[in-house]
Amino acid sequence: MLTRQRSALLLPLTGFLLVFFVVPLVWLLSLAVREAEVPRALPRTLTVLQSWQPGQALPASLFPGFAQDLTEARAASTLADAARRLNYEVNGVRSTLMRAAREVSSAPADTAFNQDFFATVDPALASPEFFAAVRRANGPFSAYYLLAAFDLTRNAKGEIEHATEANRIYIDVLLRTLGISASVTILCLLLGFPVALLLTQVTEKTADWLMILVLLPFWTSLLVRTAAWVVVLQKEGMVNGLLMRLGLIAEPLTLIYNRTGVLIAMTHVLLPFMILPLYSVLKGIPPHYMRAAASLGARPVTAFFRVYLPMAAPAIVAGSLMVFILAMGYYITPALVGGGADQMLSYFVATYTTDTGNWGLASALGLMMLATTILLYAVAHKVSGGRALSMG
Amino acid sequence: MKPWKLLYWLLCTGVLVFLLAPIAAIIPLSFSSGSFLTYPLPGLSLRWYEEVLGGGKWLTALGNSLYVGAVATLISVILGTLASLGLMRHKAWWSEALKLVVLSPMIVPVILIAVASYFFLAPLSLTSTYSGLIIAHTVIAVPFVVVPVLTALEILDPNLARAAAACGATPGVCFLRVTLPGIMPAMASGALFAFAASFDDVVIALLIAGPDQRTLPREMFSGLRDSMTPALTAVATIMIVFSTTLFLLMQVLQRRSRKNSKIAN
Repeated sequence: MLTRQRSALLLPLTGFLLVFFVVPLVWLLSLAVREAEVPRALPRTLTVLQSWQPGQALPASLFPGFAQDLTEARAASTLADAARRLNYEVNGVRSTLMRAAREVSSAPADTAFNQDFFATVDPALASPEFFAAVRRANGPFSAYYLLAAFDLTRNAKGEIEHATEANRIYIDVLLRTLGISASVTILCLLLGFPVALLLTQVTEKTADWLMILVLLPFWTSLLVRTAAWVVVLQKEGMVNGLLMRLGLIAEPLTLIYNRTGVLIAMTHVLLPFMILPLYSVLKGIPPHYMRAAASLGARPVTAFFRVYLPMAAPAIVAGSLMVFILAMGYYITPALVGGGADQMLSYFVATYTTDTGNWGLASALGLMMLATTILLYAVAHKVSGGRALSMG
Repeated sequence: MKPWKLLYWLLCTGVLVFLLAPIAAIIPLSFSSGSFLTYPLPGLSLRWYEEVLGGGKWLTALGNSLYVGAVATLISVILGTLASLGLMRHKAWWSEALKLVVLSPMIVPVILIAVASYFFLAPLSLTSTYSGLIIAHTVIAVPFVVVPVLTALEILDPNLARAAAACGATPGVCFLRVTLPGIMPAMASGALFAFAASFDDVVIALLIAGPDQRTLPREMFSGLRDSMTPALTAVATIMIVFSTTLFLLMQVLQRRSRKNSKIAN
């Protein structure tokens, strides 16, 4: 077939993915740096604020425009979004703004909307701090959400500083996500390597059967496996029952709805993702290298560490990175078998999207997650010689 | 046997038990006549299966899962196979870049795909519809078709197509009689993987599916959030039977294609 004709075959999938995957993803990530709510709701206020510097007195010409903005934004229902956005920076200003808009709309026609008017509604609305926040939210782009994702914020002067104690949670979440992923990766490696090694040492027929035992859980639905761990690990579950019968413990242990449960269930789900790539590389390492090492006088342990492990190293690194990447994106398992302190980045992305509607922050956290994933994937791709995505 | 070797065997057995035991442990509970999830079972009964299969939300959810999975698989196989035919033996930079785009839904965290689809489909009024769910599932399923089909196309002997052409076959006939049979096993295994990807998804269903499109994993997620019941173990058992069937089909396909490639060599 001609190359040009063949290239046309690419169009349907390319078009499909462009429309339903690439564009939505880019749009989502752009939310992390876009500021649309405040410019949409308070255009006049922002125009006046352009010529104002934080530290100066607020210009008198600011307030009539501010009042008009509030009335119009309230009528156009764009005020609620802007108020929510400003509330992230000036705590409590959300309800104050909505109340101010109501009072402006219902004020007698001859009311002078000046600084005093807004100071009586709420002192915050006449403060330079509030208008500095409004000015910073003047789009089209800002680093506000990206900074927030790293627990940073700008003060009234526009300098970057640490967020207040109560708002410092995302570095914690990031570290927790990395910590859980690293623990799961290490557990998978410790449990997976011996099995992958065993698969290379038995006959082909036995290896086929053992492989089925590894692949069967791999094909079982994530939800089924999570449900299974809930049954097995609960207070009256089999693990506690067994340990009590053996007399090892007197009281049932709390094995679920905490970090232990998350680590056990995630290791179970991700273990095949470690065993499969390890096995595919380990089976290519010729056994006579180990025999040669032995014939030269190396003890088995020495031969393993000096000869076998260096050859297996790329597979170990690639497999570990793959497990780590997959673990980083976990949402369902921690949500079902973890406690409040075990939720990972994905959980916050989902919560900010659906519950609180803080899309900018959801996007910034997502960007953080995606950047880490791509970086690690590039390393895995390099280390494995471009086979990181091949299956089995 | 040396002690360290014994230890090694014990460790490996332990890992395999760890992998399989929890899944095996949940099956007998579904046949319990009692409503507690503990052993020993008070007696055997099929009451939980009657509850699950007697109608209501579980049956609807199963229907939704099968419907969405089947349509998403069909679209994935068609789009994925066409794209693989276009991509094969291309070494230009743009085709490499395109390959990366096609495969990237495999590594982009699924929560981001779900949230992005949610934002994109909502203004089009496609959230809480079957079409929306099918579109989002196709995005995550299509790489699972492209990977095996592309591999199969690249190892397919190009001389076969040339021979067919030399014997007077038109390109269409050549495709239908030579290329297609050659990549059929790969298409089938890609289809199974694609179906599994859709059938297993919870995250996208959580954000995009409305009350009418709740899939089986989505319904199980709500159930597990609420409280673990024996009815859930019955659903889990049905899903285990289902995924085991898919898995065995896959094994048969792979054995067959392995045998074929041995003959070809």
